[in-house]
Amino acid sequence: MITGKEVSLKELSSAFFERIDKVDDKTCAFVTVSKDYAFKRIDVLSKERSENPLYGIPLAVKDNICTKGIKTTCSSKILEDFIPPYESTVTEKLLNAGYVLLGKTNLDEFAMGSSTESSAFRITKNPWSPDRTPGGSSGGSAAAVAADECIAALGSDTGGSIRQPASYCGVVGLKPTYGRVSRYGLVAFASSLDQIGPITKNVRDSALLLQVISGHDKRDSTSALESLPDFTGSLTGDIKGVKFGIPEEYFTEGIDSEVKECVKNAVKKIESLGAEIVEINLPHTEYAVATYYILATSEASSNLARYDGVKYGLRVSGKELSDMYLNTRARGFGTEVKRRIMLGTYALSSGYYDAYYKKAQQARTLFIKDFKEAFKKVDIIITPTTPDTAFKIGEKTEDPLLMYLNDICTLSVNLAGVPAISIPCGFDSAGMPVGLQIIGNYFAEDRILNAAYAYEQSVEWSKRRPAI
Amino acid sequence: MKRKLEAVIGLEIHAQMKTDTKIFCGCSTEFGSKPNTQTCPVCTGLPGVLPVLNKKALEFIIKAGLAMNCNIARNSRFARKNYFYPDLPKGYQISQYELPICEYGYVTIESETGEKRIGITRIHMEEDAGKNIHEGAHEYSFVDLNRTGVPLMEIVTEPEIATSGEAADFMRKLRSILRYLDVCDGNLEQGSLRCDANVSVRPEGSNQLGVKAEIKNINSFRFVERAIEYEIKRQIDLVESGGAVIQETRLWNSVTNTTESMRSKEEAHDYRYFPDPDLVPVMMADEEVERIRQSIPELPDEKRTRFISEYALSEQDADMIVAEKRTSQWFEEAVKLGGKPKVLCNWMTGEFTRLLNDKSIDIDDSKVKPHHLCDLLTLIDKGTISVKIAKTVFEEIFEIGRMAEEIIKDKGLIQISDSEEIEALIDEIISKNPDEVNRFKAGENKLMGFFVGQAMKATKGKANPKVVNEIIGKKLSSQA
Repeated sequence: MITGKEVSLKELSSAFFERIDKVDDKTCAFVTVSKDYAFKRIDVLSKERSENPLYGIPLAVKDNICTKGIKTTCSSKILEDFIPPYESTVTEKLLNAGYVLLGKTNLDEFAMGSSTESSAFRITKNPWSPDRTPGGSSGGSAAAVAADECIAALGSDTGGSIRQPASYCGVVGLKPTYGRVSRYGLVAFASSLDQIGPITKNVRDSALLLQVISGHDKRDSTSALESLPDFTGSLTGDIKGVKFGIPEEYFTEGIDSEVKECVKNAVKKIESLGAEIVEINLPHTEYAVATYYILATSEASSNLARYDGVKYGLRVSGKELSDMYLNTRARGFGTEVKRRIMLGTYALSSGYYDAYYKKAQQARTLFIKDFKEAFKKVDIIITPTTPDTAFKIGEKTEDPLLMYLNDICTLSVNLAGVPAISIPCGFDSAGMPVGLQIIGNYFAEDRILNAAYAYEQSVEWSKRRPAI
Repeated sequence: MKRKLEAVIGLEIHAQMKTDTKIFCGCSTEFGSKPNTQTCPVCTGLPGVLPVLNKKALEFIIKAGLAMNCNIARNSRFARKNYFYPDLPKGYQISQYELPICEYGYVTIESETGEKRIGITRIHMEEDAGKNIHEGAHEYSFVDLNRTGVPLMEIVTEPEIATSGEAADFMRKLRSILRYLDVCDGNLEQGSLRCDANVSVRPEGSNQLGVKAEIKNINSFRFVERAIEYEIKRQIDLVESGGAVIQETRLWNSVTNTTESMRSKEEAHDYRYFPDPDLVPVMMADEEVERIRQSIPELPDEKRTRFISEYALSEQDADMIVAEKRTSQWFEEAVKLGGKPKVLCNWMTGEFTRLLNDKSIDIDDSKVKPHHLCDLLTLIDKGTISVKIAKTVFEEIFEIGRMAEEIIKDKGLIQISDSEEIEALIDEIISKNPDEVNRFKAGENKLMGFFVGQAMKATKGKANPKVVNEIIGKKLSSQA
């Protein structure tokens, strides 16, 4: 489209900035809109004729991914004015591929939440219904994609933070295998679980973006050396004979009946495409919430220790050094972040370490085992992405446990480190999107992308857009 | 009667590794640069950065572990030690806790009672912290992060050291090993080597450990001995007067020569160690460990044994010569040039060491090269100069690095061995000092020294003392 000169780079990005001007007051998807930066970038890009895969493509980036020279706040007061002096690996790869950054999207503070309500700056609204949350923590990215404020966006997923908002907003969200995408420049929440991934309008864009951002990075010791398949090339739409596993643990009483219905219909559809459907078990699923909230908060308590007012970010002075620490962190962090720091600090404390952190680490091996066993029997696993559709703003903020339970379908994927994608699979009676989670074996993103693509091509869900 | 008390000492040593770059980023480790000029997003703990292990640091610590007879872990792990301090930008220090890289080793020291093995519990890798700087009359302090991320190895000994002397011997041996391996420059004063001591006392012969105090801030070899000595005495006095030692951290104060309480066990941090999820486990293949083992040079202990048998050095002499690799290399080079080991050793541990210490320069940087000393010793052997003159000449070589023969010629320092010349001189001395001659003859034998002294003075030390002695003896007895 661009290389064919049908539109200029400037026209394309301008159209999105106009759209942002028009609807972002309603969605509140962006924390920072980087218009000047984008047009400077376009000036540079316009001078190169390029075959780069993302040449001139306007994207949004979750505001916990460092962008050199552009504020990266993590939607926290403590980093409200923080401008990174360095570029994250993923945005560096996007830059090399020719993208244009439209702005940084809202998130739950430090990616801790499932509704984007814990942002220190604004509450993002679901484009399908303004009184509902877009999910979280990548709620800003999912809402921006759903509301057409960008072509696609990057999110990060620690326990479902890409897939759940993608599901709630009726878009496609992919969490790659742990290690597939470099975390260098992603502000850490829980280092052993965090992965960056694309949020897009369709599966093809997801494959395209994944291709650009993946690969080993010598700056991230946990990034994998695994070779990269041709993700877009693997989208054949052919899933004949592919074995799909349906874990019974994901269809229990906690799952909304309309969600179940949509997922079951999707299973039928997939079967009709020639796939084989197999009942399987992931027996440790019920322990995922407890395991996850011990490990994630433990790592977070340490990862967030650097925000102490000494070097950058907010500083609230005090009489003594300890007062400065206390004042800064008391003022700088929101309730949910403080809650998680306290939980994690407790779980790591001497005398509790064995009972909590160590036990949870041992339990973690069981999720890995569950998936390994399952993938001996099947190629792909499908489940609902979330137990329900987008909930109302304010509905769960008073009950953290209720909020945590919302992640039940997505957590064990992070604990095991396998890849998973969420794609739209219908709408409930309130007109809210339902998401289908497709889980693959380690580094089998190509397979889940193709499965998602096959299903997507056979249904009309992604053609329905919110009225906003 | 109460049993006597004995001390039990364990050491925890931090050694800065001599890598060019920091342990988890590419910043330079050079000492003494302007504050915060050797920093990057990684070592200043910016949001989103990740550590990547410096392979050189890993190799260095494995070398040290092998040299101290440790078991090298094939699977080792990094852990985070969590605490808040302005010089610690991430709010945690990357260290090792469970699964350190080296364990179960020992170092042999030569104690008063013979050879003794001091067990090494573990050696692990970690990053150094920065420095808080309190300067001027500000209400605030400064932080310099240049040192942040400099690789450290922490060496922990078993509580097997019995005296402050043994502790100092251990430190000297450790320093020697680290310097032989060229993995640490071993400077306690500048802090590239730091020593904390755990000291406790118990009834002699008991197998149970007493309550320990940890002594910090021991920043010189002298203080290792003094601080531990003081602490042992403090604890013994305390227990003998009916008190009890409490578990605490104490600081050595080198002005008052005492240790002072810093914090009690109750105030101790809970560091909440846990495996660092940003770093993968360190997996070492056998071949890799073997390759590193092959790169280890001859170490002080082996060298000492060899020098004793090969060059017939005494144990004490060998200890002094092998303590520094460069000294031992210098020595062997001189031996190769034909120097007699024992004589070389005397010169090196005596005159040469004295001059090097006075000017505080390293043997390698000295203008005196092995051939200088060998030539000088040959001149003594040939009787061209006396030992005393040789010392003067040596000082001259030390200053300007010229050949001994040239100096001797220039300054007319050639020894006078000609007996006629000396006889004439001594006749003159005898005739000028009749009193002394009479007293000598009356049995005051110590006046011999007076006559020799006069002869040396008259010749500016050039007279061959052997000849002088002979002639004086002959003359004075013949006059009798």
